[in-house]
Amino acid sequence: MSPIKKPKLAVWKFASCDGCQLSLLDCEDELLAIADAVHIANFPEASRAVVKGPYDISLVEGSITTPHDAERIHKIRRSSKFLITIGACATSGGIQALRNFKDVNDFISIVYANPEYIETLNKSTPIADHVFVDFELRGCPINKYQLVEVLNAYLNGRKPNIPQYSVCVECKRKGNVCVMVATGAPCLGPVTQAGCGAICPTYQRGCFGCFGPKETPNTSSLADWYKNLKLSEDDIMRYFRSFNAFAEPFRKESEAHE
Amino acid sequence: MPLPSRFGRRARRMNNRVIKVDYLARVEGEGQLLVKIKNDAVTDVKFSIIEPPRFFEAFLRGRHFTEAPDITARICGICPVAYQMSSCHAMESICGVKVDGALRELRRLLYCGEWIESHALHVFMLHAPDFLGYEDSIQMAKDHPDLVKNALKLKKIGNEIMILLGGREIHPINPKVGGFYKVPTKKQLQGLVEPLKWALDFAIESVKIMAGLEFPELERDYEFVSLRHPDEYPLCEGYIVSNKGIDIELSKFFDYFEEQHVPHSTSLHAVVKDRDDYLTGPMARYANNYDKLTPKAKKAAEDAGLPKVVLNPFKSIIVRAVEMVFACEEALRVVDEYKMPDKAYVEVKSKAGVGFGCSEAPRGICFHRYEIDDGGIIKDARILAPTSQNQKAIEKDLRQFVENHLDLSHEKMTWQCEQAIRNYDPCISCSCHFLNLQIERE
Repeated sequence: MSPIKKPKLAVWKFASCDGCQLSLLDCEDELLAIADAVHIANFPEASRAVVKGPYDISLVEGSITTPHDAERIHKIRRSSKFLITIGACATSGGIQALRNFKDVNDFISIVYANPEYIETLNKSTPIADHVFVDFELRGCPINKYQLVEVLNAYLNGRKPNIPQYSVCVECKRKGNVCVMVATGAPCLGPVTQAGCGAICPTYQRGCFGCFGPKETPNTSSLADWYKNLKLSEDDIMRYFRSFNAFAEPFRKESEAHE
Repeated sequence: MPLPSRFGRRARRMNNRVIKVDYLARVEGEGQLLVKIKNDAVTDVKFSIIEPPRFFEAFLRGRHFTEAPDITARICGICPVAYQMSSCHAMESICGVKVDGALRELRRLLYCGEWIESHALHVFMLHAPDFLGYEDSIQMAKDHPDLVKNALKLKKIGNEIMILLGGREIHPINPKVGGFYKVPTKKQLQGLVEPLKWALDFAIESVKIMAGLEFPELERDYEFVSLRHPDEYPLCEGYIVSNKGIDIELSKFFDYFEEQHVPHSTSLHAVVKDRDDYLTGPMARYANNYDKLTPKAKKAAEDAGLPKVVLNPFKSIIVRAVEMVFACEEALRVVDEYKMPDKAYVEVKSKAGVGFGCSEAPRGICFHRYEIDDGGIIKDARILAPTSQNQKAIEKDLRQFVENHLDLSHEKMTWQCEQAIRNYDPCISCSCHFLNLQIERE
């Protein structure tokens, strides 16, 4: 046994709910095998043992929201061979990017009695706005099987097999009846990247965009369909402005309905 | 190399040190600990939450009331159901809707799933390694492979309930204001019976295992705050009680409790007005609701010699195990009695007003207050996460623990201080609107 030769994995957290890194601990059937294949060198949520970098793979969860974090991400990049962002916060700024559309000082005074104790940036931004990112894994939360696939790919020197087509493709494969056509429920599926397994339509509700925009999404055409469903401009704005609000195609579409 | 005895005596006589942990491990989120000791007296204890603020209460303003369960779930990846249930109940109370019968039972079942998953994660993967002297559960798995494998199996069963009822284990998509988007068939639920029977047996065994651990000494006269319900061990709803006389409807919450904003934390500290800190979570629920435990949970506690009120916070690990027994037993009951309802939800029409929701997250009460307008738009939101409520109790535990154990080596003291924080299963991501350990000995 030579633990030195195992690739070193680190998990880093920025502004987030912890759900995406929890996905790693939620790999109940795979966790011990993963721990055999890689050296979990820095994963504070799971262990108090910390091994110094550099790391072969860094998984980064969360968005950049404080001056301190904007510095910290550069240190992490310097000590990582591959840097992979996990989840909507790290790839698009997350739900906390809703502040980007407002004045953050108003937000601080709503939540905190003494705003002077709070240090925060005006915007919540994705990791790729600050450093080079090797791979972005989408989802709010990520799909744990996609995470295992990405880890496998990087450990074996191949490209991850993560499709960029829309949720519609997953619905068709599952044989779901289209919720928008059949029930008139607004659905972001046509413009949202696959990955969740089309859970919402399977449970008879419209997709609400956890995995962010698919490649080349036609958001304005979908917004027109929403108008046919009698959604108000405000409703349409809110629909595009949620967990991936600051991803460009969704941001632009929501701003068109302000 | 041991220090010369003269040196050792001197060090003991003038106990001046700083215990510092910059990034507390095996908790959900980012926290720090700082303890300063001067002349054998603890001069400062700070349990700081350095999690960046995310401003949920601010950006909930202007959203539609039906979005609250999906948005507030994102406060916490570990206990999203707590946020979903509290917000759903608050919205339903504003709109004058009561969700009952099979739909209410399914909500309880979903919550049992979250309790099993979250308690199994904390008891075995995050907390047990402290007692057995491992840095993490993966190291622990080398010496105790069956324990860790069974723990993962138990956790998975909790998650299976979440997947079936919620659509997925993290941020479930199926719960909504008024009920669910889609309800399972009886046959689908019956698939849970065999796994849950195994889970119940293993949970009972876990109570024995946890009761056999060695516990550091610490007891405090806590004010235990939890929900209480006339018919059941509380999960989704109830009124708020404490062992020191609080017995109130949710709407009176802010008459009795207040939040304080302190410089060293991005999470607000909650206290009982004109009194002090309080404790919420498994120890409080258990003390206030012992009579409502299910038969096997009660028997498991009795067999393990656990008193009806537990005052040593390190023993919270046993109480959590007892609650796992409860959650498995309760889940089996719901599955057994389930009759599929005709409709997956009750229609909810928006109505202007103010409403409250409170549910028992695995780590304590999760309190929500909302104000919405005629059109169903949220005008104001206030959310109290369990960990922010426990912050002050954690600091007091630490102070007393350090004062009573000044003879411990720096390394052991630091570790046991971390352990004292992990007693609370703190969920720091939640509490921020919320952790990092430093012990300074000057």
